[in-house]
Amino acid sequence: MQIKTILWREWRFFLHRFWKITTSQLVTPILYIITFGIGLGDKLEVGGQPYLFFLMPGILSMVTMRNSYYAVSMRIMLGRLNDRSFETYIYAPMKMSSLTLGYLLAGTLRGLYAGAFIFIISFFTKRAIDVSFALVFMLVLNSLLFSAIGFIASMVVDTHYDLSRFTNMVITPMSFLCGTFYQVSNLPKIFKWVIELLPLTHTTRLIRRVSFGYGIDYFSLLIVLIYIFFLTVISIRICYREITY
Amino acid sequence: MIKCESLYKSYGDIYAVNNVSFEIETGTFLGLLGPNGAGKTTLMRTMIGLLEPNKGEISFDNMKMQKDNLEIKKRIGVVTQHINLDKELTINENMIFAAKLYRINKDKINLEITKTLKLLGLYELRDRKTKKLSGGMKRKLMIAKAIIHNPDYIFLDEPTVGIDLNTRKEIWRFLRQENKKGKTIVLTTHYIEEAEQLCDLVMLMSDGKIFKEDNSKNLISEIGDFKVEYNDTEMYFYNSLREAKIATKNSNKIFSISKTSLEDVFFHYTNKKVN
Repeated sequence: MQIKTILWREWRFFLHRFWKITTSQLVTPILYIITFGIGLGDKLEVGGQPYLFFLMPGILSMVTMRNSYYAVSMRIMLGRLNDRSFETYIYAPMKMSSLTLGYLLAGTLRGLYAGAFIFIISFFTKRAIDVSFALVFMLVLNSLLFSAIGFIASMVVDTHYDLSRFTNMVITPMSFLCGTFYQVSNLPKIFKWVIELLPLTHTTRLIRRVSFGYGIDYFSLLIVLIYIFFLTVISIRICYREITY
Repeated sequence: MIKCESLYKSYGDIYAVNNVSFEIETGTFLGLLGPNGAGKTTLMRTMIGLLEPNKGEISFDNMKMQKDNLEIKKRIGVVTQHINLDKELTINENMIFAAKLYRINKDKINLEITKTLKLLGLYELRDRKTKKLSGGMKRKLMIAKAIIHNPDYIFLDEPTVGIDLNTRKEIWRFLRQENKKGKTIVLTTHYIEEAEQLCDLVMLMSDGKIFKEDNSKNLISEIGDFKVEYNDTEMYFYNSLREAKIATKNSNKIFSISKTSLEDVFFHYTNKKVN
């Protein structure tokens, strides 16, 4: 019930800003597709396939990740630090676990919404991504995971600059380094180990393998589920820290 | 009944609430009066569960905040000092959100919202986005949101700050009506007139402590109903106008005689002004 209340609020917010949200989330993936995909796509090959074919799932992964992260982190940060509307949850009879899960779900839906446009765009690139249940499931996991990271980040920062720094230091490098645009296996061993620790590496691998029809990498799936479990627990605990009783 | 027992709340080494204890009977209109930094907001935020006290207990009708916070929160309505509305949503959406948050029955939501918005004169504007409202309208909407679930206790932190006199008086009228319905109202203010007009119990606060509590009339009578002020510097209080006139009869200094206000009471005890 309370989760539905959060979803309702975020849904109304989404409707009010529908065009702004939709257009802004399209710019970055379109630029990537034009630059790396259409510009270089037919000239380069990765694993014996045209680069555009390789690139599409990576962009799908990056877009769902970034949009779910931003949707949650911006809303919570502004609610906490700007208009302080987040406070209304604290003095209302609201369970912090419901509050957390509500926002994580809202972020997940925003990630999927952004992802849907990549499916549509892919139809125009001669490299259409096949929609399957497994692929949608992987996108849900990716969005959920990064919603949780967005939630935690926005709950611990004290200023807008802190969140911006976290995004620049963690989220942006991750979106480039975790195999979204290239194969992680090409990296030197030491870098590979570091990259393998990052969650986007595993969600991207899952998304790419499923969209290529190579099946599920169960090791990556396990890592992602462990990440989601711990990040959700941490999110709820941080939320309880806000409430003093 | 609200009961606070030996409450302490500090920020670092500074105690914003310092050993505060009191009881408020159901149906009381309580005013916490003090200058900025006196600890009013911290005390209120501690009472409603937004801040955890370092020490002490708060209970509502024998339910302890530490134990029964969800139950207590269902019965509390809060208007914070800052506007914390969702600016992107309309008045109606903000109200629906509040109604859902307080789990008002789905069938009753529209009825309750219409009733509350009409009471506060916001019904005609219900589809307007909150960010397009004036300061006074936003304050009214904050109050509407706070009472949508018909709470037994209403907490208002400086609810009329920064709004015009007419809107302020409208809000006063509305709060009086709510109090007459038997609701307990706790109000922090640094507007003397607000405390005098509305509250049947006033607590004077300074440096995190409540140093005096009574109704306005008794607080004033205790130091004297009339004030003689010489050269805007010295102040003396007398129980009647006659006494004040006698005292000033042979004075060579410039003086003025006026009725004592709560501001004077505050100054008398603390040497500080509320405003």
